[in-house]
Amino acid sequence: MAADTLLKVEGVETFYGNIRALAGVDVEVKKGEIVSLIGANGAGKSTLMMTICGSPQARHGSVIFDGQDITRMPTHEIARLRIAQSPEGRRIFPRMTVYENLQMGASLDNQKFFQEDVEKMFTLFPRLKERQFQRGGTLSGGEQQMLAIARALMARPKLLMLDEPSLGLAPLVSKQIFAAIKLLNVEQGLTVFLVEQNAFAALKLSHRAYVLVNGSITMSGSGAELLANPEVRAAYLEGGAH
Amino acid sequence: MASVTNPSTVSTGSPTGKALREATFTAVMTFLMFALFIGLKTDQNMRNELILVPRWGMLAILVVLAFVGRFAMVAWLQPWRAASKAAKAEAPTVDEEAGFVKRNFSKLAILALVLYPPIILALFGAQGSLKYIDNFGIQILIYVMLAWGLNIVVGLAGLLDLGYVAFYAVGAYSYALLSINFGFSFWILLPLAGILSAFWGIILGFPVLRLKGDYLAIVTLAFGEIIRLVLINWQDVTKGTFGISGIPKITLFGIPFDASPNGFAKIFHLAPSSAYYKVFLFYLILLLCLLTAFVTIRLRRLPIGRAWEALREDEIACRSLGINTVTTKLTAFAIGAMFGGFAGSFFAARQGFVSPESFVFLESAVILSIVVLGGMGSLTGIAIAAIAMVGGTELLREMDFLKAVFGPDFTPELYRMLIFGLAMITMMLVRPRGFVGSREPTAFLFERKNVSGSFTKEGHG
Repeated sequence: MAADTLLKVEGVETFYGNIRALAGVDVEVKKGEIVSLIGANGAGKSTLMMTICGSPQARHGSVIFDGQDITRMPTHEIARLRIAQSPEGRRIFPRMTVYENLQMGASLDNQKFFQEDVEKMFTLFPRLKERQFQRGGTLSGGEQQMLAIARALMARPKLLMLDEPSLGLAPLVSKQIFAAIKLLNVEQGLTVFLVEQNAFAALKLSHRAYVLVNGSITMSGSGAELLANPEVRAAYLEGGAH
Repeated sequence: MASVTNPSTVSTGSPTGKALREATFTAVMTFLMFALFIGLKTDQNMRNELILVPRWGMLAILVVLAFVGRFAMVAWLQPWRAASKAAKAEAPTVDEEAGFVKRNFSKLAILALVLYPPIILALFGAQGSLKYIDNFGIQILIYVMLAWGLNIVVGLAGLLDLGYVAFYAVGAYSYALLSINFGFSFWILLPLAGILSAFWGIILGFPVLRLKGDYLAIVTLAFGEIIRLVLINWQDVTKGTFGISGIPKITLFGIPFDASPNGFAKIFHLAPSSAYYKVFLFYLILLLCLLTAFVTIRLRRLPIGRAWEALREDEIACRSLGINTVTTKLTAFAIGAMFGGFAGSFFAARQGFVSPESFVFLESAVILSIVVLGGMGSLTGIAIAAIAMVGGTELLREMDFLKAVFGPDFTPELYRMLIFGLAMITMMLVRPRGFVGSREPTAFLFERKNVSGSFTKEGHG
């Protein structure tokens, strides 16, 4: 594992109006790592992810990506630095076909690597190849999640951020998704920052993980450490391990 | 009851009997509903007293219409629909090869439009053709162009614009004022009017960048009204409600369409007639329409067009893919407005007169209805909707025989909004996504395939 820091979040505070959603969060993601962020509903997991993407922007603190301060950058420019995000709720384009959705993902390079990359995506998710001319909205939840991840990958990201990739999926399908993430990390050294409700699966997959409670990081460590931690087990894993 | 096949027939008697009963009920309801609204009319007599004028004839007509309509629906339409539904369910759904007409629809339509003026001229002569070429041809094509322009904003980029007529007005007044005051020709002012309208499109775009849906609609509506009010009140320049008259006609490469010695008719040794100018205008607006369609089709395949469509689907996803939503929205407003401006300057040149009255909110509403009726994003559907809506209005003017039914005071075109309303409701019930409701994909790897994707609901996963 390379030791260079790719993403560094320092003392970030994010507000919705007067309500403080993040109370000084520090997170670090190194190149080639899978880092996951777990926590209960409303802990601020998605807010942290959105803050990294600049919408909403952090009121205090800083977000450094690849040595560059991106705290005050507009979202689309952050995306152009190759931070690809698969936002919560998948947010694929429902009336565009699978193929067109993937084209949208490749707009950063103006489709230069499109043919090459789309084949890779179809190898990674063969289901998408079967459905390439179907409208995104007709896909099942799992297929939409695959499409959301594939669309993010089409941008050739340095950092892939996934918000709840297993949300609303059958256990078997979410297993497939996690397997794909693992594969990308091992084979291509892709750095992944993962927000998950399914703490067990996320911790098993991750090199390191953070626990977010009420807008603050309360614990961090390697995935295995946190899996073994009694507090984490009590709070997030009781009955969840299957 | 051994051979019960259709329970409803058994339980309610024969379809005719059922239809009679339902029709009578409907007629009674109609009578009760309209007895006071239609049957009695309040009026003032010579002594300024309020009197009641009975209109029993009108009421009777309505009741009979309701009776006949309901009867026809229950007795014939419903069994027919049930039968065709059953037939459809039985027959395996085969993807039949689309017919020749269907495959080459747009080419055939363009060919028909190109041949339209000569055919009309041959059929009705120079004088008789004016009505068909001007009222039906040019009028409809102006709306086709406006609707195609608005389609870029509403249909592709998904930005609900209720003030589109403002850009039409900007284009019309640009041509009117610049040609009268500076004597520029149409061919210089056409692109200029487009640029000016696009500029105003951007002016509108900036403040509404952060607005969506209903809020955006209200602000654009206000924008349309502001432009109209400015036209009314800036009297030094626009002459207010009097409007601007005497706007120069368009020339064909410097050849004017008038009776002068170097006019079009003289040069080509033709009998003097105003029909040539109309035919020329017809081809001009047809060309402008085709330009709009061509640009729309091309843009949809370019990154900017795809970004518009993605923006319509999901703005947050767009940003997370690195699309600058600000420029994307502004270009949609600007390009949509540009075509409105083209249409406006053409309109001014064709009428020879512009006044703020031509640019009321109703115009925006009609253009938007055309886009919605046609199916957002579909050029063919929108063209059909424009023919139906604008052609329908013109047809209503022609329906003099209705006067024989409803009396001499009956002016059919006054009922056009009522008919539009009914048509709109019917359309939304029968085809909620417009005449051509399914979006045509822009990218294909191998060939076009019929996929079940057309069954998707909008915005649902």
